[in-house]
Amino acid sequence: MGEILRHTISILVENKFGVLARVAGLFSARGFNIESLAVAETMDPTVSRMTIITLGNQQIIEQITKQLNKLVDVIKVSNLSGENFIDREMVLVKVAAQESTRAEVLRIVDIFRGKVVDVSPGSYVIEVTGDEEKIEAILGLLQPLGIREVVRTGKVAMARGQ
Amino acid sequence: MMKKNGAQILVEGLKREGVKVIFGFPGGAVLNIYDELFDATFLRHILVRHEQGAVHAADGYARASGKPGVCLVTSGPGATNTVTGVATAYMDSIPIVVFTGQVPTALVGNDAFQEADIVGITRPCTKYNFLVKDIKDLARTIKEAFYIATTGRPGPVLIDLPKDITSNTTDFSYPNKVAIRGYNPVYEGHPGQIKKALQLILDSTRPVIYSGGGIISSSAFRELKALAEKLNIPVTTTLMGLGGFPSNHRLSLGMLGMHGTYWANMAVTECDLLIAIGARFDDRVTGKVDEFAPRARTIHIDIDPTSISKNVRVDIPIVGDAKSILKGLITYLGKQKGLEKIKVSNKKWLSQIEKWKRTHPLNYKKGKEIKPQYVVEKLYELTKGEAIISTEVGQNQMWASQFYRFDKPRTFLSSGGLGTMGYGFPAAIGAQAAFPKKTVIDIAGDGSIQMNIQELTTAVQHNLPVKIAILNNRYLGMVRQWQELFYRKRYSHSNIEMAPDFVKLAEAYGALGLRAERPEEVVPIIREALRSNKPVLMDFIVSREEGVYPMVPAGAPIDKMLLV
Repeated sequence: MGEILRHTISILVENKFGVLARVAGLFSARGFNIESLAVAETMDPTVSRMTIITLGNQQIIEQITKQLNKLVDVIKVSNLSGENFIDREMVLVKVAAQESTRAEVLRIVDIFRGKVVDVSPGSYVIEVTGDEEKIEAILGLLQPLGIREVVRTGKVAMARGQ
Repeated sequence: MMKKNGAQILVEGLKREGVKVIFGFPGGAVLNIYDELFDATFLRHILVRHEQGAVHAADGYARASGKPGVCLVTSGPGATNTVTGVATAYMDSIPIVVFTGQVPTALVGNDAFQEADIVGITRPCTKYNFLVKDIKDLARTIKEAFYIATTGRPGPVLIDLPKDITSNTTDFSYPNKVAIRGYNPVYEGHPGQIKKALQLILDSTRPVIYSGGGIISSSAFRELKALAEKLNIPVTTTLMGLGGFPSNHRLSLGMLGMHGTYWANMAVTECDLLIAIGARFDDRVTGKVDEFAPRARTIHIDIDPTSISKNVRVDIPIVGDAKSILKGLITYLGKQKGLEKIKVSNKKWLSQIEKWKRTHPLNYKKGKEIKPQYVVEKLYELTKGEAIISTEVGQNQMWASQFYRFDKPRTFLSSGGLGTMGYGFPAAIGAQAAFPKKTVIDIAGDGSIQMNIQELTTAVQHNLPVKIAILNNRYLGMVRQWQELFYRKRYSHSNIEMAPDFVKLAEAYGALGLRAERPEEVVPIIREALRSNKPVLMDFIVSREEGVYPMVPAGAPIDKMLLV
């Protein structure tokens, strides 16, 4: 039934209690997979946007889209994959900062246009925003220096142009 | 503006929605509502003896009448007892509205006495559900609940009502219209798709219509019949679709699937065009799905886009209301020339089907014992096919679907999707409440009937003269049949000889109990039951190891049937 691909699905939902549970419940009940999920209010405070990254072949993605549309609280579903879109994720990385590695950490942060947002005697907290490739790249470079903790927001996405 | 409290708003809402009957059971959290119901003369409250009975009764009321069924229960166990009934209605797309009491808002989440998170529990088995947190939202919520339950693909909606909401007051106004931005069911089929479907129909030489419950919920039986007759297209129905096409019609193939007729299953396997209408390619219909209708192109008409291409690939999907799409198809057909030629060419196909029918008719061997199929046949004859039949689940359900010949929609009430034992009797009570003058019969097994037998009191108290026909084989018959065929006759815990004396039990409840042990007693007993204006339980002692045939073993293609 076709190749399994990653899809970025952006949905507008009623900003009400229980809506997240309905969406998450739909995925779990039907055995669909959620790779990442980001939710927040839109400009209209009665509406929230969810950005869901999911995996599936064409038939599964079609079912996911239809099932989401069927939920009463879902106002609009767009599958951004297949059109031109931008996605970004933010990560906070707590990385060890010893005498010997501090300069190297700062150099990497600088190259990736990240920010040091907290400094303590033994560690830095770094904030980086970017697409998946960039995030993976910086994490790869920081890894040997000693990553203590990583917190990721999950991706948010938007179609380009109009 | 008039002030009303929550209980008053609820009762007024029911009135505005045209509710005439409500099935319920009181308790602490709904006492405010019950106090208000005490004076509600427009409403008949039927007091069940278990909340599961209330939901099934509301469901039976809805299936028989086409109007939404309504029930009211208390919080905690009252609410959780409704879950099986809600899931039953959800699987079969039946419009019901369930009101549950809840602990006061201040106590919600506190593990309070008789608290259950019923909105959370029923989220996956309702079409939608609400927890009312503000009295100002109550009237709109009631309006929306009825709207959601009855429109699009129908289904159960639950409203959870904290006790303080039912006592608080607010300015009352009832909305006229509903606007839910995320909910806009599509009714009209796409004209381009309808034209494409028409072309496939005109090009086919061996077409079959496979019609489901959607024909009944959209009241499309006249249109279905018209389409079939226009081109001589044979029609097979699902369990849920029984009554959607007259069983006695020359184009009727009966039911398809696991216990479908030989000729229906063969016709679907050999057809070159399958026209699915309001059906969802359930596994009990398709058998091995990759080999279902292997030679056919497929048209799928359904109001629910998620039903389309869920289980099988479809050539022409048409999303919309079956009635409106069939009307469209018939209109376009009217403009076509050469229909007579197609009609004649389809006759060849019909004569092939006729051969299958002659070689392998629905059959059973008569003997000295009562055969369950015989009981169903006699029920059909003696009611002249005019009764509303409900069933439990198992062999009783399959024999009812094979041997009672349903000619009209909304006369067959059965839990198709969830397969709920204990459904049939309370559903029959609900149907009888909708149609007090009609004959309503629950075709039951000795296993299933015990799951909601307590509702005999309900039937007696409310003068609902439902008839129960127990096909009593002292087994959980369908389980036994599977054990016979697939578990080397190891009848593990399916023998239920240890049973109450059903006749005495009926009498203890104040109903009439009758028993037949020999074939010649069957007809007199059915006659006596039908004459009675009381609820009657007929206990038919049938041959123990009778099986339901044809049978497609689970996972096999549907043309590989075990026959009698």
